[in-house]
Amino acid sequence: MDLIIFLSLVVVGYVAGSIAEKRHFASIRKREAELKNVLTFSARMPPPRDMNRDSVFVQGNVVISVDYFKRLSAGLRSLLGGRVGAYESLVDRARREAVLRMKQSAQDQGATHIFNVKLETSSIAKGNRGQIGSVEIFAYGTGLIP
Amino acid sequence: MIISNIEIIPGKRIHKHLGMVQGNTVRAKHVGKDLLAGLKNIVGGELTAYTELLNEAREEATDRMIQQAEAIGANAVVNVRYSTSSVAAGAAELFVYGTAVVLE
Repeated sequence: MDLIIFLSLVVVGYVAGSIAEKRHFASIRKREAELKNVLTFSARMPPPRDMNRDSVFVQGNVVISVDYFKRLSAGLRSLLGGRVGAYESLVDRARREAVLRMKQSAQDQGATHIFNVKLETSSIAKGNRGQIGSVEIFAYGTGLIP
Repeated sequence: MIISNIEIIPGKRIHKHLGMVQGNTVRAKHVGKDLLAGLKNIVGGELTAYTELLNEAREEATDRMIQQAEAIGANAVVNVRYSTSSVAAGAAELFVYGTAVVLE
């Protein structure tokens, strides 16, 4: 019985997880194209000619979790070591989404450039086995209004 | 109150530094939302409840920092940094700090 539940969780996780991930990546690519006019810089200071513009603080955050199948495959991978592809796509998704939300909020407030972009990664529930393999990405920066 | 995570406020001159201000909050997860997140965990994807929780928590920490800055007569906070740490399983601390300044 346990095995049936386990296997169905794996299958559901795999199917629903990969569909959701594919959709999410498609939506990320679409919005990245839409927001390409908002430029982000990790440089700390804007160039001197932009120094007399108005600024606004912008931010974006997202919490994303992996599906059951990926958690299992990452668990197996950790026995052997090496690249954990399952988690790579998770943090990639989360980071791009957080940056997009930051850009969106910049655009809503009329900013066109974002300087000193900082990305912070954290997990609210980490450690224990069976707990949530989720990651939070928080992106923030200073937006300049032309 | 103007907030910036660079050392200056573009277009403004800093008249006076008033020292560091900070704000923090510790938030725990809601049991009901945690259950939902547990289900969401099977299929993966965004945990909206947590995204909101952390967002609210960060806003609260920022508000506390702003209150502190206002109390000492600042009108802007520069060099703002956020940091997150988990103090216990299921609880997160959000911490924000910066330098309170008076603009000309």
